[in-house]
Amino acid sequence: MSTLDIKGITISVARRLLDEKEVSSEELTQAYLDRISNIEGNIHSFVSVTADTAIEQAKAADNMISKGLQGTLTGIPMQLKDNMSTEGIPTTCSSKMLENFVPPYDAHVTAKLKDAGAVLLGKGNLDEFAMGSSTENSAMKVTHNPWDLEKVPGGSSGGPAAAVAASECVFSLGSDTGGSIRQPASLCGVVGMKPTYGLVSRFGLVAFASSLDQIGPITSDVEDSAVVLSHIAGHDQRDSTSLNVEVPDYTQGLDGDLTGLKVGVPIEYFAEGIDQGVETSVRDAIKILGDLGAEIIETSLPHSAYALAVYYIIAPSEASANLSRYDGVKYGYSNDDQGSMWQALENTRQIGFGPEVKRRIMLGTYALSSGYYDAYYLKAQKVRTIIRNEFKEAFQNFDVLAMPTAPTTAFDIGGKTDDPIQMYLNDIFTIPANIAGIPAISVSCGVIDGLPVGLQFMAGALQEKKLFRAAYAYQKATNWHTLRASI
Amino acid sequence: MSESDDITIEEVRHLALLTRINMTDHEIEEMRDQMSDILASIEVLSEVDTDGIEPTGHSVDVHSVMREDISSDSITLEDALANAPRQEDGFIRVRAVLEE
Repeated sequence: MSTLDIKGITISVARRLLDEKEVSSEELTQAYLDRISNIEGNIHSFVSVTADTAIEQAKAADNMISKGLQGTLTGIPMQLKDNMSTEGIPTTCSSKMLENFVPPYDAHVTAKLKDAGAVLLGKGNLDEFAMGSSTENSAMKVTHNPWDLEKVPGGSSGGPAAAVAASECVFSLGSDTGGSIRQPASLCGVVGMKPTYGLVSRFGLVAFASSLDQIGPITSDVEDSAVVLSHIAGHDQRDSTSLNVEVPDYTQGLDGDLTGLKVGVPIEYFAEGIDQGVETSVRDAIKILGDLGAEIIETSLPHSAYALAVYYIIAPSEASANLSRYDGVKYGYSNDDQGSMWQALENTRQIGFGPEVKRRIMLGTYALSSGYYDAYYLKAQKVRTIIRNEFKEAFQNFDVLAMPTAPTTAFDIGGKTDDPIQMYLNDIFTIPANIAGIPAISVSCGVIDGLPVGLQFMAGALQEKKLFRAAYAYQKATNWHTLRASI
Repeated sequence: MSESDDITIEEVRHLALLTRINMTDHEIEEMRDQMSDILASIEVLSEVDTDGIEPTGHSVDVHSVMREDISSDSITLEDALANAPRQEDGFIRVRAVLEE
């Protein structure tokens, strides 16, 4: 048992070890808890570690396995981003506002994964309320990139991406409003997938921008991503935007062959601020898709260039409404030391929220205020229509689009914290998928100066299988995804 | 979206009031500068011709969801109050709303 090397193991490897009784879930879980104890002081990817309940869940999983009743995820140790509700376990959103909040119920995804027998190791760090691209906006801790501890892991799902990259869990879930799954996956060299808007229920996900938020898997490889999505997707009547569609088995049809697949390469995603090395890596990756039988065609999505501006109106507007609920009365942080009811409320929100959250609440309130509504919010929603239609049209000609996930590799901790706009530009290539509501995935396609590069695929709404097919074939033909940070 | 003027200190103060976030003078000034920069970067949208374009609120069609009117279990009073900062006799305690 002491020789068990958990570094980089996937769900399928862990499944085989468990099913062949080479290791019990309790032993496997303990191995992850030990690894967390050993390296977490360098990575800081967990807001909380739930060792006791993890061991209990692992024992229950071992019981299922002994009876031959296991499923694909039974006994597999996982992490969840700390904006997904976990009954009886604090869910902080990495905010002082929810530091002591203990949800009375599970999020839909939490319940689904618990039912599947997965073992929860703890909750992953994030930028406060998922607002950010480096996880430096966390009120709890700064997460470090396992590939280089001086660098950020990306964000806002920086904890989940770093935890998977550092083998502190087999898989994790992130949430993606403008790139918060894919950008950190890219910066940490793991697989991050954002499903079609509405495919995964948002029930129990703490709301940031409700028309954009979507939960998805962060995993070691594409197969694991398909496995996890198959478990969490599906209709839920508690989310009014949940799609009532049949969920296919996303692991079917992953064969490595791309014959006949039409891949569009939009020129706008190779402009503006892209690092030369990133461009080269991604273009090399696209050539490999061609070698695998795909037809590669250059295309143009001119309005993608406006997606960032649309996002910075729509997301803060929705956030300003969603975050008005934090009043220090019903739950959450409360500063009731002095003054009137209004002063108590204003002090609560002054101390409870960090700078980026305040910035977005105020920006959103401004964009929604009378006199500015038409110029900002309505204008953004109209441009959103154009962007969405442009993608729809593109997917009449192409099965998938291929482009970089982020314009650069991981940057220095503290390097962009003083300049919000520089920070926002990290998401320039990921945001369009949220605006259009379409699925997208990031897979590792290179390493520059010791830091991973991400290749992104986008597909039409509910065409997840095409994404997985393309991404799987790329991984099968390359070995970037098997490289691990040395920690 | 007139490009001429930055957001003013007074506007930021008003926003702080609307959003119920207490802010120091320094924070107000910093917010004015940052919001002005962000709003300037958003100006590019004015280049886009949106005449006759319908706005999109949700990327999927959202319909009203109806369910049968059947009662079911809900969380308990104890659970509902468990996270309340102040409570008394099964109620959430709040400060006086009307003063003087």
